[in-house]
Amino acid sequence: MARSLKKGPYVDAKLLRRVEDMNDLGKKLVLKTWARCSSITPEMVGHTIAVHNGRIHIPVYISDNMIGHKLGEFAPTRKFGGHAGQERSTKVRA
Amino acid sequence: MARLAGVDLPRDKRIEVALTYIFGVGTAVADQIIKATGINPDTRVKDLTESEEQKLRVELENNHAVEGDLRREIAMNVKRLTDVGCYRGLRHRQGLPVRGQKTKTNARTCKGPRKAVAGKKKITK
Repeated sequence: MARSLKKGPYVDAKLLRRVEDMNDLGKKLVLKTWARCSSITPEMVGHTIAVHNGRIHIPVYISDNMIGHKLGEFAPTRKFGGHAGQERSTKVRA
Repeated sequence: MARLAGVDLPRDKRIEVALTYIFGVGTAVADQIIKATGINPDTRVKDLTESEEQKLRVELENNHAVEGDLRREIAMNVKRLTDVGCYRGLRHRQGLPVRGQKTKTNARTCKGPRKAVAGKKKITK
């Protein structure tokens, strides 16, 4: 079920504060975060946010096409290494 | 000859049904079109008058995305997802279901016809 419009998008408060601080100071630092469920807001565009995938933080550069998506969508949590006995050559070629 | 949105409509079908031969028009949209143009849904395509045909053409052009335009719109939506690199985009790229369905079995609509896996032998006794 979709989130109520009344509440507006869910944005991690702490992350948003850190992004706004950076905007005020004009700094561009990579922000580490665990807030995968936080929506991407227009303020974050142009920053690089390192999103935790359960193991490491994956740096995600935020472009304006990403607004409205969640941070977690850009840091996959599963790694698929192919099936046993499968020839890897097709993957290498691609 | 009734030719709408670059598609030939079957001549002997009722207009209500014939409209669904256009990509992007199903029964619901066909119903809307007929209501908007005020054509009797039971008229056969071959019995349509010139003015009725023109009305349908205008209605389709102005209020509905069909055929090439619709296909392009869908392709653009998918392209945005793949370019942005989000999970749904990855799934589109891999040709796997996008909305969290299981892939252990089924998922054949996305994956296409079954491919035989080499070296996978049936257990014999």
